[in-house]
Amino acid sequence: MQKTPARTTRRRLLSAAATAAVVPLVLTACGGGSGGEGSDPDTLTVLDYYNNEPDKSLMQAAIDDCGAEIGVTIDRETVPGQDLIQKVLQRSSSKTLPDVLMLDNPDVQEIAQSGGLSPLSDYGVDTSGFAEGILDAATYEGEVYGIGPVVNTLGLFYNVEMLEEAGIEPPETWDELEAAAEELTTGDRYGVGFSAVATYEGAWQFLPFMWSNGADETDLTSPEAAEALQLWVDLVDSGSASESVLNWSQGDVKDQFVAGNLAMMVNGPWQIPALEESGVEYASVQVPVNEAGTTPIAPLGGEVWTVPVTGDDAKQAKAAEFVECLSNDENQMEIAQATYKVPTRTELIDDYVAEVPSMQAFADQVRNARSRTGQLGTEWPETATTMYTGIQLALTGQVSVEEAFEQAEQG
Amino acid sequence: MSQTHTSPAADTAAGSARGAGGAAPPAARARRIRRDDVVKFMFVVPAAVYVALFFGYPVVKNIIMGFQEYTTQTFFTGEAPWVGLANYVTAMSSQLFVPALWNTAVFTFGSIAGQFAIGLALAVFFHRKFPLGGFMRAVLLLPWLLPLIVASATWRSIMELDGGVLNQTLQAVGLDAVPWLTDPDLALTAVILVNIWVGIPFNVTILYGGLQEIPEEQYEAAALDGATGWRAFWHITLPNLKGVISVVLILGVVYTLKVIDIILGLTNGGPANATQTIAIRSYQSSFVDFEFGVGAAFSNVLILISLVFALVYLRTTRRSAN
Repeated sequence: MQKTPARTTRRRLLSAAATAAVVPLVLTACGGGSGGEGSDPDTLTVLDYYNNEPDKSLMQAAIDDCGAEIGVTIDRETVPGQDLIQKVLQRSSSKTLPDVLMLDNPDVQEIAQSGGLSPLSDYGVDTSGFAEGILDAATYEGEVYGIGPVVNTLGLFYNVEMLEEAGIEPPETWDELEAAAEELTTGDRYGVGFSAVATYEGAWQFLPFMWSNGADETDLTSPEAAEALQLWVDLVDSGSASESVLNWSQGDVKDQFVAGNLAMMVNGPWQIPALEESGVEYASVQVPVNEAGTTPIAPLGGEVWTVPVTGDDAKQAKAAEFVECLSNDENQMEIAQATYKVPTRTELIDDYVAEVPSMQAFADQVRNARSRTGQLGTEWPETATTMYTGIQLALTGQVSVEEAFEQAEQG
Repeated sequence: MSQTHTSPAADTAAGSARGAGGAAPPAARARRIRRDDVVKFMFVVPAAVYVALFFGYPVVKNIIMGFQEYTTQTFFTGEAPWVGLANYVTAMSSQLFVPALWNTAVFTFGSIAGQFAIGLALAVFFHRKFPLGGFMRAVLLLPWLLPLIVASATWRSIMELDGGVLNQTLQAVGLDAVPWLTDPDLALTAVILVNIWVGIPFNVTILYGGLQEIPEEQYEAAALDGATGWRAFWHITLPNLKGVISVVLILGVVYTLKVIDIILGLTNGGPANATQTIAIRSYQSSFVDFEFGVGAAFSNVLILISLVFALVYLRTTRRSAN
């Protein structure tokens, strides 16, 4: 075998190439370990899902103020809402949870159960005066794990012009709702819209009807739950609501309302900025109830801020201070006014309504609002799935309203 | 001598090779063989590490997860109690398992049949040279470039019951509006139609590539014997495309089995569970119900099905190689 210089050169180049291919792999492997979280004692890392404007900047202002007040710099990260839980789980397993974590209230107990959060009482955070619903949601095994500055809920928005034109008063009872919706349905326009989509949004929208009628999420097979479901079925069957409610998210419902395709809609105050921008003349009332005089009970929405267990006691204490600051009276009023949500401390609600009269219906609704996880805790996801499945089964006429939830439960 | 030809970088990287080049002939041979082995080994290492890290680990992890009670708690504590076949029992005894399996079959078969038939027709069509043919073939790729989440959001508004473009068009020509995404009897069809649209570019591209490989002489010879049009397609095009077709179909099946984004974007598995597939069950068990063990069980069922098709593929390619 004759060796030519060219051949040797080729072989050397080959081995060089092979080395070059392996080296980066080794280097990345080494790099993985050293790149941990910044352990600067004066910096708190914050993770939330307010990744869209205007909420992003509004929260940034409050976050910066609180950082300055307790003397720390803030390193904030925002992720899209649907990615938050995955991110939290991922970071739990890699032990890189942020110092301050925002969670949607129905998720708090799930995460608290995992042992990833520390109770606020450990740091002497005062949780008195907060709306009961939000504390219920953030409480796991008797300890409160999070508080937030504002909450939201559901109400009935209506197009003022359309109702005036038809000479209709905003409905307060189911009968009035059905009558008004029927009358307001013309041509391309539906009287009312809501979201019965196959996600938690569908379940969430059904709760005010179910709860106000005395049904309970621990027993979906009750006649009261069936009656509430019958109302939705009637609205769709009579043509007062579109069959499309089966596939509309709450955002879609708002879009339809803005486009003038709906005279009324079930939705939350977080849609108000978009409604303001659209120029539609709207107003809101509480969600109608079955019998006049009953107190409307709506679900409580909104996020709370928690202190994850990071193992650094001093930092966790600072984080608790930060969480407390974010929910102080001043921040509550400021954030509530800017984002059209309701302060979580009930004694602030009157002052708030005086400042923002258009929020009257939602503010009233919050006083009696219930949390989704108050009774069910970590069982909520399963029940929510049963709820939206049952709603869809009934609305598509596959089973009767009496059997819908029972059938869905077996799924 | 040889060193002068190599670049400085290669020279340093080759390192100890410097001595072996010119001097000491007797010992050098053995050492050189070993060095060859090392070089070969080093070429395999990146691929092996990559496969182990990004394919081996997830698959093994997923199989193990299927036997564990893997919850949100597990992420924090690392504890995942062994539960044997409990997750599989939960997954398979749920009322949705059989319908989801059936929907997966219908979805996969329907999508592949549509994608392949239309893809092949378009590939044959574009195989003829005509003005703007190249441009139009490029335009055909657009669905492929669109992120699936955007594609499904767009199709959702197109298929909207009242204001959607599709129904408005149907009504304009005197037909009734069709509840594409809200009728449980129609939703799966609607989702399949969208998935066919998504899959056409892939089929056209691969099949068109296959057509380019067929020697023109075969068609000329066949034409002399009187075989043109359909007969040429049947006796020349199809047999020549056999290998490409099997690749397209097998990849298509594996891609289609695991589709979730299109279904989630269009119907979320609804209405009334009409578009639940095994992939959607897996996703919802894991990320909606936080039962990761059950989710893993569902996806293991899916892996098993994919594996069957992969084996079929290996067999057919081996047979054609022989």
